[in-house]
Amino acid sequence: MSNTPPRHTALDTLHRSLGATMTDFAGWDMPLRYASERDEHNAVRTRAGLFDLSHMGEITVTGPQAVDLLNYALVGNIGSVGTGRARYTMICRADGGILDDLIVYRLQDEQFMVVANAGNAQVVLDALTERAAGFDAEVRDDREAYALLAVQGPESPGILKSVTDADLDGLKYYAGLPGTVAGVPALIARTGYTGEDGFELFVAPEHAEQLWRALTDAGAPVGLVPCGLSCRDTLRLEAGMPLYGHELTTALTPFDAGLGRVVKFDKTSHADDFVGGEALRGAAERAEAAPPRKLVGLIAEGRRVPRAGMSVVADGEVVGEVTSGAPSPTLGKPIAMAYVDVAHAAPGTPGVGVDIRGTHEPYEVVALPFYKRQK
Amino acid sequence: MSNPQRLRYSKEHEWLSATEDGVATVGITEHAANALGDVVFAQLPVVGDTVTAGESCGELESTKSVSDLYAPVTGEVVEANQDVVDDPSLVNSAPFEGGWLFKVRIADEPDDLMSADEYTAFTAG
Repeated sequence: MSNTPPRHTALDTLHRSLGATMTDFAGWDMPLRYASERDEHNAVRTRAGLFDLSHMGEITVTGPQAVDLLNYALVGNIGSVGTGRARYTMICRADGGILDDLIVYRLQDEQFMVVANAGNAQVVLDALTERAAGFDAEVRDDREAYALLAVQGPESPGILKSVTDADLDGLKYYAGLPGTVAGVPALIARTGYTGEDGFELFVAPEHAEQLWRALTDAGAPVGLVPCGLSCRDTLRLEAGMPLYGHELTTALTPFDAGLGRVVKFDKTSHADDFVGGEALRGAAERAEAAPPRKLVGLIAEGRRVPRAGMSVVADGEVVGEVTSGAPSPTLGKPIAMAYVDVAHAAPGTPGVGVDIRGTHEPYEVVALPFYKRQK
Repeated sequence: MSNPQRLRYSKEHEWLSATEDGVATVGITEHAANALGDVVFAQLPVVGDTVTAGESCGELESTKSVSDLYAPVTGEVVEANQDVVDDPSLVNSAPFEGGWLFKVRIADEPDDLMSADEYTAFTAG
């Protein structure tokens, strides 16, 4: 790691005034939690939570060949994303290894916003810029142009409705529209990383505090609380959502991660039409013929918590590795995601455990996700 | 947060009560509990165990991490707090009261235990 001083979001002073415990995350000083992370987690599951996600990296791609560039640079078929819609996708290396997972918003016919993970934003920016050579399209670093606030949880539509005239009922999951929220111009997206209904609001940094305060005021009567990255991690883990650096790495292809569906072959008329395409065709065949380890869920029978990097064991042999683990507030038990050899990956496979500091603790293998909201 | 004057404190953020008949109560400080976050699992030493000052004698697991529990003194464990085993959140909600961890019959204690004021300065630094 470098010794660069941490970056601060536009809401930094506000977080400190709220008594947040801060943590370094991908070079940013971010709220880990404000009070109890379990209470914050439960607030998002049952009411609403407000997050500062301004560390996420926004990259704008514009121009007549913006679609062609994105189809070439990313694994998804971006041409099939309608204006005002969003798509979960990935950017891979030529060898198929995952550089990052992304959300791409089509703001206009020839204007896209690519949202990268904070820790990968520079890598994604560099890759897009390099891959843009020869395309009539511009790649612009917009990381400084946006603060990002998220309102997540079942009460979030009502809260947001009270501070905007935008047509939220017409805003579907994975859609985004420009609007005004609490007097502030915002891109309103119905996306999130919690497994709940919710919204992400991209605004100018100078408007972030006004928006935060308005959402806090509007949400407080229905139980909205500020939420830190700690509960964001347990929320996404319960929802079975991968986290880059844990379930996704350059050593894995989307097929290895069980996310081969994000890869669209033959999206244009060219044979080798996107970066990583050839390698990913091979990965797809291997995944079909001889699947590698599979990403599964594990639920503890005991109370000790599995952590990333711990071995999954069966009959004294290592059969996998934990990629994320935490106590699950919703299940009331420790849970984990792990890559496990196919022979031990079926739900209910007996005799599977996790080596927790030398003790083999019993775990139940389950299909992901651990939690799915009732719609 | 304030650290009770009646307690003494270790550099590993345990507190130690005054002794009664040679037995003292041990817990972790509010500072430590806040740093850990929500404690979800407490593995405490067992009655009859001999714990050694400065050495690990159990673990506290929170959302983000697991931390060793260090013994602030040397001695024999005479009671472990079953309430905390059943409800580890007591460590967060009442670290100096109902969230105590174990009682130890002191055989030996190090000479670097701190007063409340010294510990407050220690954690401010």
